[in-house]
Amino acid sequence: MYAFEIDRPASLADAVTALGAEEAQALGGGQTLIPALKQRLASPARLVALSGVAEIKGICTADDGALSIGGGTTHADVAAGAGAYPALAALAGNIGDPAVRNRGTIGGSLANNDPSACYPAAVLGSGATVVTTNRQIAADDFFEGMFTTTLEDGEIITEVRFPVPEVASYQKFEQPASRFALVGVFVAKYADGVRVAVTGASEGGVFRWSEAEAALSRSFTPGALEGLSLSGDDMISDLHGTGAYRAHLVGVMARRAVAAAR
Amino acid sequence: MPKDGGIGASTKRREDVRFLTGNGHYTDDINLRGQAYVHFLRSDVAHGRLRSVDTSAAEAMPGVLRVFTGADFAELGGLPCGWQVTDRFGEVMQEPKHPVLAHGKARHVGDPIAAVVAETREQARDAAEAIVLDIEELPAVVDMKAALRDGATKVHDDLTSNLCYDWGFVEENKGAVDEAFRKAAHVTTLELINNRLVANPMEPRVAVGDYNRSTGDHTLYTTSQNPHVIRLLMGAFVLGIPEHKLRVVAPDVGGGFGSKIYHYAEEAFCTFAAKALNRPVKWTSSRSEAFMSDAHGRDHVTKIELALDAENNFTAIRTETYANMGAYLSTFAPSIPTWLHGTLMAGNYKTPHIYVNVKAVFTNTVPVDAYRGAGRPEATFQLERVIDKAARELGADPIALRRQNFITEFPYATPVAVEYDTGDYHATMDKLEEIADLKGFAARRKASEAKGKLRGLGVNCYIEACGIAPSNLVGQLGARAGLYESATVRVNATGGITVMTGSHSHGQGHETSFAQVISEMIGIDADQVEIVHGDTANSPMGMGTYGSRSLAVGGSAMVRATEKIINKARKIAAHLMEAAEGDIELKDGRFSVAGTDKSVAWGDVTLAAYVPHNYPLADLEPGLEETAFYDPSNFTYPAGAYACEVEVDPETGRVTIERFSAADDFGNVVNPMIVSGQVHGGIGQGIGQALLEGCAYDEQGQLLTGSYMDYAMPRADDLPFFAVDHSCQTPCTHNPLGVKGCGEAGAIGSPPAVVNAVVDALQSAGKDITHIDMPLTPSRVWAAMQG
Amino acid sequence: MPEVSMTVNGKPAKGQIEGRTLLVDFLRDTLNLTGTHVGCDTSQCGACVVHVDGRAVKACTMFAAEAEGAEIKTIEGMAEPDGTLHPIQAAFREHHGLQCGFCTPGMVMSAAALLAENPTPTEAEVRDYLEGNICRCTGYHNIVKAILAASGQDVSRIAAE
Repeated sequence: MYAFEIDRPASLADAVTALGAEEAQALGGGQTLIPALKQRLASPARLVALSGVAEIKGICTADDGALSIGGGTTHADVAAGAGAYPALAALAGNIGDPAVRNRGTIGGSLANNDPSACYPAAVLGSGATVVTTNRQIAADDFFEGMFTTTLEDGEIITEVRFPVPEVASYQKFEQPASRFALVGVFVAKYADGVRVAVTGASEGGVFRWSEAEAALSRSFTPGALEGLSLSGDDMISDLHGTGAYRAHLVGVMARRAVAAAR
Repeated sequence: MPKDGGIGASTKRREDVRFLTGNGHYTDDINLRGQAYVHFLRSDVAHGRLRSVDTSAAEAMPGVLRVFTGADFAELGGLPCGWQVTDRFGEVMQEPKHPVLAHGKARHVGDPIAAVVAETREQARDAAEAIVLDIEELPAVVDMKAALRDGATKVHDDLTSNLCYDWGFVEENKGAVDEAFRKAAHVTTLELINNRLVANPMEPRVAVGDYNRSTGDHTLYTTSQNPHVIRLLMGAFVLGIPEHKLRVVAPDVGGGFGSKIYHYAEEAFCTFAAKALNRPVKWTSSRSEAFMSDAHGRDHVTKIELALDAENNFTAIRTETYANMGAYLSTFAPSIPTWLHGTLMAGNYKTPHIYVNVKAVFTNTVPVDAYRGAGRPEATFQLERVIDKAARELGADPIALRRQNFITEFPYATPVAVEYDTGDYHATMDKLEEIADLKGFAARRKASEAKGKLRGLGVNCYIEACGIAPSNLVGQLGARAGLYESATVRVNATGGITVMTGSHSHGQGHETSFAQVISEMIGIDADQVEIVHGDTANSPMGMGTYGSRSLAVGGSAMVRATEKIINKARKIAAHLMEAAEGDIELKDGRFSVAGTDKSVAWGDVTLAAYVPHNYPLADLEPGLEETAFYDPSNFTYPAGAYACEVEVDPETGRVTIERFSAADDFGNVVNPMIVSGQVHGGIGQGIGQALLEGCAYDEQGQLLTGSYMDYAMPRADDLPFFAVDHSCQTPCTHNPLGVKGCGEAGAIGSPPAVVNAVVDALQSAGKDITHIDMPLTPSRVWAAMQG
Repeated sequence: MPEVSMTVNGKPAKGQIEGRTLLVDFLRDTLNLTGTHVGCDTSQCGACVVHVDGRAVKACTMFAAEAEGAEIKTIEGMAEPDGTLHPIQAAFREHHGLQCGFCTPGMVMSAAALLAENPTPTEAEVRDYLEGNICRCTGYHNIVKAILAASGQDVSRIAAE
């Protein structure tokens, strides 16, 4: 790692101030950032650790029924505390491994927007709202492609608000080595329609599968997806699977998610 | 009743307490006063000419003590190769130079080009980034067959081609083999790849070099399976340090699996730099560095043909293999695809005619050498796969076809130059059928089908050769080393025993099992026996631990030394009891005079040896310490039968291991618990090879699997509980313990079982699939199913 | 250099660190607690697992500075002061759940975290929980068996030797 200073503010206000410094970068749970720092892929002058900021941790149900999760909440705490949204709790409980889940945070995962991460599928598939120190961002506007989001420098994710669906499920097919999603499909059925979000597969990062959403909105059954397919051309193609394989898996995982939705 | 001590007892391991409490003493736990750190600048291109290496900016960086380049080692020897293979035309192999730091050219991604020594690890790394490299990138040689084409870019400019050797075995068999194929009623042909693997012991390599200015003594602490071999190779061939001025210590070592046999550049560097800088110099590999600097394993491309007569008897085997050597010859690399592979091609079967051809090829990849099994898994895999394919083609039952062709009479001289001393392949197959509950398979397949899964059963046999020897024979085969083992048994005055063995434990539990042997021989509690290894300063010249040789060879040396001890102690006891030596019996730690009630305890005799007041000084030296070197007269031949049941998810191609059973014949067993653990671990690695692990390069020679993000290691949820059995025991006839070796069996026997099972599953769904290359990842299985 | 202080295995510990000092380096290099190991650099192998405020954490993927004020437990803190092994350690020994010993500290710490959360896990739950702990020696057979045994479950029907 290159040398850097580390701050551990106790309040959000202090964190925002600290991030105003030259070449400062936020540190969530560090489960992705620290390995990247070890490889010297990043060279911040100052890291602002958010792990001491209590006000962005925790889970509660908002007045409108949405499930609100603080940006600094760990995957383990979401797995244990998001019972109101079982598919989300299950997703969080299956990210990485237990030790990673004890450190990694939802805000950190979303800000990083790894194309194989799980949380982006839940946020996009739920039409969630990402709340930051500056503004509220709709899920459809948040993700801008692989490792890119609409977040600006120094902007901290304080909260993510998930509308709770009637039923939902996330089905992940793991890349055998990293155990990240080779393909993950999040399906959520709301009163006004179905959302289907796909992670792991596309060169462009997480995306919504609109044909599947339309078909499932008409009939929320695995059979409604028969005959639908995605092209492998825009999919990630690597050692672990061709684009065609990933495209095929999206269909399989989507059908399984519909069948498992509760 | 299981025994509670001695040979055959599942004694709990004494080394466990320190490992379980965090008190293990691994090389990275060693920090010497004044220690500096080295960071290696490694090539990021697979093949490039070094136009210049400008270290001036790096030298000026904070904390930097010195920057070394290939020029600093130009006058010294290169890393030696320990085995010279002679090709089928009688010519010796092409043997390139292997400099400590790349000089002239970098030949694989990870080839060390410069080394920065600094006060801290991070300072060394910072400075390495300031080195200015001017590299002319050259076309990379990656594919073995392309490497042998006329006009191919050469990895080594001073060699005539990228061919290391073209080996035929046995060359004189070739005509008879071709004739048998002409007469065959049926020929089954299979082309396959034995995938490149990375050993991945959980402890990355570490080296700490130290130099004592007052005595001129060098010490190297290193993660090695064979410290004496490192001392010899590094001292004599690289640095020119006589062995009496060089001590190599390999303390607790966190797994090896072959990858810690070899002498590596980093060891020589740290030893050299410690003297040059008069500071201890430490290197700790990161895992990412390990992927591009630890020797890899396997990487064969093979065509095998099996000829059968009209009664389904095997009549001939013919193989052609391309074996990847990587960019340089690692310590034992040339021997793996030849003497450890060709000699096993008979397997468990009485095939009369066999010919093996191996072309070893240089490529711009990390050097390839032994990895758990080393040559024997490659032989077993191709043989057991082609037999399975033949059974399918002939409509024969795969187990019956194997049984029909089993060798049943011993000793048996194979057509590939080895003689199996003992074995009972029907017995292990019978045992396998029982523990694997093969009768229940049909019902289990039905249950899987009801869940929408395809279930397959794969069965295979294996034989391996352990304890490679004897030295005079291996010398004729090209080994530049002896393959004996040594032990010194030091009995202390109060009866406790210290055994210094040349074997090295890096997980095998020698401290426990070796002590059990001594305990059994003398009849004293195993707690009175201490096993010491891993330090050239306190044990006689030893060859170390690999090839499942420790108990068969090192244990035998210890037995021989202990026999000498007992013989001498018997003389002392005879003197103490004023009896004839021939009347003295040793039982349960007491010497007694046959037919009388006279006896003396072990401790009385050992005390007399060191306090020789009442002692036959005229005839016998005082003291009780003996050394033995044991050079076996033959290999040992463990064998067995394995079965795997898989489920395949037809929608995703994902394979899961549902059951795995192993029936092994290891001859006599000293500690059944430890033996089972060895088999479990081997099976885990074999399943890893079959389903998960595959080291991959792109066409530019870039390593695609450079970390655990892309190289899939088996994890707990990839594997089931295994059923293992080693109750079938045909003791080895030529070593004193009758043991055969168990360390590699699991890794040798399991990959074909897995692949056979997956093919069986796919065939059950009507898919005309006869082979898929390992690893059988979901994407590969799915692609195969698409036709 | 800033100073960090924490409680390690029940005792106060402090030392000077850089911002980039990882918790595992602080434990190994400053406190000389070398039982916690480093087996990879991508946060996957789990040889470095320790407990931070009662939770399993990869000490190679947390900065020492972030452990300010925390309660840390390492493998060195598992046995009783008189040397009596923790029941999980004893089960690993009884069932041969270790060979080279390098992954063992992380395995024991992960197992302890599992049993704290789930006192009688199923085999599948044990295997799932160990996703972040890689062992190259044992094929996991005896590790899983040892953890089931440590939870008080009968393992006599699991293939033994």
